[in-house]
Amino acid sequence: MDAAKMKRIYLYSRFERIWHWLQAFLIISLIVTGLEIHGAYTLFGYEDAVEIHNFMGLTWGVLFVFIVFWVLTTGEWRQYVPTTKKLFAVMWYYSFGIFMGKPHPVQKSPGAKHNPLQRLTYLGLVTTMLPVQMAAGLLYYTYNQWPQWGLDRFLTLGGVAVVHTVLAFLLIAFLIIHVYMTTTGHTIFAHIRSMITGWEEVFETTEVYDWETTGKKKARS
Amino acid sequence: MCLTACLAASGLLLLSTAAAPAAAAEEKAPGRQLADQATKQRHFWNTVDHSKLKALQQVFTSGDQITRACLSCHTKADQQLKKTFHWTWTDPNSPPNDRKGKAQYSVNNFCLSSNAMHDHHCSECHIGWAGKGKAAAIDCLRCHGQKKFNFEEAFGDYEAFSTSSDPDDKEMAKEAQAEIQEAAQAVGRPTRRNCGSCHFSGGGGDGVKHGDLDSSMTTPHKSLDVHMGIDGQNFQCVRCHTTINHNVAGRFYATPAAKNRKSLIENDLSPKIMCESCHSAKPHKAGSKMNDHTDKVACQTCHIPTVARVLPVQMWWDWSQAGKMKNGKPYEVKGPYDRPTYVSTKGDTRWAKNVRPEYYWYSGSLSGPTLKDSIDPTKIIRLAWPVGNRGNHNARIFPFHVHRGKQPYDIERSKLLAPLLSGEHGYWTTFNWQDAIARGQKYLDLPFSGKYGFVKTEYVFPSTHMVAPKDQALACSECHTRPHSRLANLTGFYMPGRDRIKAVDTGGWLLVLGCLAAVLLHGFGRFIFKKNGGKK
Repeated sequence: MDAAKMKRIYLYSRFERIWHWLQAFLIISLIVTGLEIHGAYTLFGYEDAVEIHNFMGLTWGVLFVFIVFWVLTTGEWRQYVPTTKKLFAVMWYYSFGIFMGKPHPVQKSPGAKHNPLQRLTYLGLVTTMLPVQMAAGLLYYTYNQWPQWGLDRFLTLGGVAVVHTVLAFLLIAFLIIHVYMTTTGHTIFAHIRSMITGWEEVFETTEVYDWETTGKKKARS
Repeated sequence: MCLTACLAASGLLLLSTAAAPAAAAEEKAPGRQLADQATKQRHFWNTVDHSKLKALQQVFTSGDQITRACLSCHTKADQQLKKTFHWTWTDPNSPPNDRKGKAQYSVNNFCLSSNAMHDHHCSECHIGWAGKGKAAAIDCLRCHGQKKFNFEEAFGDYEAFSTSSDPDDKEMAKEAQAEIQEAAQAVGRPTRRNCGSCHFSGGGGDGVKHGDLDSSMTTPHKSLDVHMGIDGQNFQCVRCHTTINHNVAGRFYATPAAKNRKSLIENDLSPKIMCESCHSAKPHKAGSKMNDHTDKVACQTCHIPTVARVLPVQMWWDWSQAGKMKNGKPYEVKGPYDRPTYVSTKGDTRWAKNVRPEYYWYSGSLSGPTLKDSIDPTKIIRLAWPVGNRGNHNARIFPFHVHRGKQPYDIERSKLLAPLLSGEHGYWTTFNWQDAIARGQKYLDLPFSGKYGFVKTEYVFPSTHMVAPKDQALACSECHTRPHSRLANLTGFYMPGRDRIKAVDTGGWLLVLGCLAAVLLHGFGRFIFKKNGGKK
């Protein structure tokens, strides 16, 4: 890529970046402690693993409420509206185009941070996988209250554990693909850098609103 | 900006709630506080100096006389005591046609049966004088005597010396009588030594039976038993085995020690026999996951990590090997811990120390066949086995010492047998199973076909003594692990860390590995094509 043809836009706001990395930290520590609780290995010791897992899980629950609130109130939810437009083009790109050095069919822009494939994935995550995983975790956490709430008639710990475990594996799979995909930008670390700084390098041809330029940003803050 | 601040604030809130219990770590757990209050008054007092009582200053020539002296003041003691299990050796709650108890048809895999108390060796532990069973007067001093003293021997000496005309002998007789009186006057509440004189050597020797009861508990250290440790609370047995009208609280056979788990706050007249009595049902610090376990896991399960921590306990007794001779004489082979591995009179025995208990659901009741019940000799016979299951709300996962062995049974009648062991016609003298069984069965009014074999049996003892200091309580990972979970044998429920659905795990790991392989391959592909000049 020719650097001269690139320009920088402010793509990820401060809150977005904070929740992204906080969530990353929480998910990874939940995976590490969760697998220990599941008996995969010994790292912290069972008791500490449970304590950490519970704490991280509850923290994530609180964070998730803030994230959803933010996404809904800022209108950012539009970023998650699914579309089939260019979906197959994106799939074709990652299957073949990327090897041929073809450009990504969908350029990132403030109005569309996610390509159609990402939209589908994140929508699924945020509306289904994560809420179900959190609900399963909360049920697990409140197991001793089940009889009081009458839940013991419908649920077994084994059933909740299976749901929690299946989703955990799916999340690990997501994490692997997700981390790998960050390396598919115009440089290996381009996407990661933008999630740290907020600034993404895009082609000049991309339409950029003026509030997204450096000067405006400075004025805003 | 505002949202960021809110998030940070909520994070802090979570952190601070998590830090709160840590800050209070120096405080005592509620269960400990309660127990401290319940046992604050440590010094008992009484208003009688028994050595001043005329009744105890008379000349005693037999145990019966001492008992009469006791009863001259404690007029209702014998009526009370004779109704208790300690005297009757009979479980009053067992069916009348199939009575349980040592004096009845119960059978164990130690000395098998007391042959309706006709086996005098077995009856030595009965609290009548001189092992004469229920025919004798109560031996009050067995439980209340504070002096270790051999009365039978002293009575013999006194009789011999006092009938002599030699003045020296008269003097000796006087001395012997003075000793007898001194021992008879030294009475008090039962101590660990009193109870232990029978309960520590059940099964015919120190630590044969229980695992959690042996002579190391006479003067235990805190590390062996936090409650009874002489360097700690120094509890006597009766501190928890509270006694009303000579009825000592405790389980016998199918009769549980207590019907419900109530703390003294809920019911201050209930016996102190359950841990919950003093420690409550939620003894750990607020928010502790351990409190969530108490509905299904007994306190003993985590707080008694092993039994027989000081002295060994017998694990195995194979009667089928008894009767071997060396040069025509019975012999004994010593093994580890200075305990026998073979005795001609008894057979093979095995011993162990620091024994990890086995765990079963337990509602406080034990069940098993009596000598009258039919057995299936192709199976291992569970002579005493915990009653309970997960669905029973009173049942908990509980630790047990399990004693296993082989013992005689009637091949034709498919029932267990009760050979007579001690005495001149007992097996230990005659080494004749046929005769010993016939005699033993006769005492019980039970038939014997004449054909005997040996069957494998198991006998459990709930482990409830030898409670370890809290820092030695089991870690979560002793049970929440696989494949060597302490609770590996308990099925029908999901336990994190122990259980998994194999298909889920296999599928899950395949997915994860598949993703890893895919991204590696993809990345490798990008690298290769870029190298080959695959530029736009």
